Amino acid sequence: MPARIDPPLALLAELTHRCPLACPYCSNPVNLERAAGELSEQDWRRVLGEAAALGVLQVHFSGGEPMARRDLAALIGGASGLGLYSNLITSGTLGGAPEIAAFAAAGLKHVQLSFQDFTPDNGDRIAGLAGAHARKTRFAAAVRAAGLPLTLNMVVHRQNLDGVPDMIEMALALGARRLEIAHVQYYAWALANRAALLPTRRQLDQATQAVEAAREKLKGVLTIDYVVPDYHGRRPKSCMSGWGRQFINVTPSGTAVPCHAAETLPGIAFPSVRDSSLRDIWYDSEAFNRFRGTDWMAEPCRSCERREIDWGGCRCQAFLLAGEAGRTDPVCALSPDHGIVEAALQQAEAPPPALVYRRYSPAR
Amino acid sequence: MTDRFVVSDSSVLAFAPHIVFRFDDVRQKWIILAPERLMLPDEQAVEILQLVDGKTGVSAIVDSLAARYDQAPRELIAKDVTAMLQDLADKGCLAGAGPD
Repeated sequence: MPARIDPPLALLAELTHRCPLACPYCSNPVNLERAAGELSEQDWRRVLGEAAALGVLQVHFSGGEPMARRDLAALIGGASGLGLYSNLITSGTLGGAPEIAAFAAAGLKHVQLSFQDFTPDNGDRIAGLAGAHARKTRFAAAVRAAGLPLTLNMVVHRQNLDGVPDMIEMALALGARRLEIAHVQYYAWALANRAALLPTRRQLDQATQAVEAAREKLKGVLTIDYVVPDYHGRRPKSCMSGWGRQFINVTPSGTAVPCHAAETLPGIAFPSVRDSSLRDIWYDSEAFNRFRGTDWMAEPCRSCERREIDWGGCRCQAFLLAGEAGRTDPVCALSPDHGIVEAALQQAEAPPPALVYRRYSPAR
Repeated sequence: MTDRFVVSDSSVLAFAPHIVFRFDDVRQKWIILAPERLMLPDEQAVEILQLVDGKTGVSAIVDSLAARYDQAPRELIAKDVTAMLQDLADKGCLAGAGPD
């Protein structure tokens, strides 16, 4: 455990797992939480208050589709009243101008709107919802009409990556100031669909070039967030900027985790905001201290000069691919398990299998 | 599509709507909160940003800093200030205000 623990910068409030879309790369867990298990508005208001007192500066209202919650405007208002900078992460498929006006009045600062592709046909196919793309387009216009800054989030993979130049044009046409071109990360639903989603090297290189050219051309007009996906890199991503360093994520049922995938790790008792304060969770819980800093690392991370840059990569990926959360992230070329990633990349050169869509599991 | 805002001596800048520049009591530091972004401006940048009010022009900001630091040549201050403001304009944190 490091000698000094800084306060968290951001709270990811996953209000619900309910969502009209069925994207096959959804980052929600495979066992989705039902509405009955969700925290109440009162619980969330307390969590927001604890977060502000702890030093959290930004709150990201996410899901699922956070607009499935009737109390979203009230929660945005609560966050604003506490001085938290609030961000809505939405699919834009529930509601429109009246809801956005209410959010803006409650103090919302920014909207991040997802699109599944630049064409309605492929977008709706990937989302698993007819008419989704058209609804999103209207939603984007309503966000701009309300005077709120808009970021488009395009999740990219082998079945839409060739459209990156068109996605950039779409972002400009919709009046976005930022565009996130986010490669699918292979956890939960996406891991099950990896062979259908992982791009080929050639596709990736073309997309990266298109982004670099557009960044140059659109400097000061459109900011493009884009990172080469970790499977194709030499070193791992600095996952969540390090375990328990900047982010605290609260799931719909109130479990506090250092990242949205951490619940998949076995043998760690993640605390709940139902019975612990956010402060105790952040500073004192065993779960948040488990992979903090560098003491937990084994070789090759322990003596690596990048150990405080990438923080050993992702603990969930180490577990999902190599079977042990404490190992080096297998995407790192120095990992003894790197062959697993190379094999997946090899598989990506073959024709893709059918997609498995996100669905609730049969009633428990 | 809007054009890039180019900062010049005659520009008048303001924080863009939805950008928050404030002092954080927990960290005892000035911060800039932007869409999905947090910036911690250094001491020099904070001094410049405190003069950005939607009324004071870039040249007046430079004058005021030049008066405070009379050892530094005005051209050098002007260059640093313009570069810093241009960077924040490119990031969407600052926008032009009033006639330019």
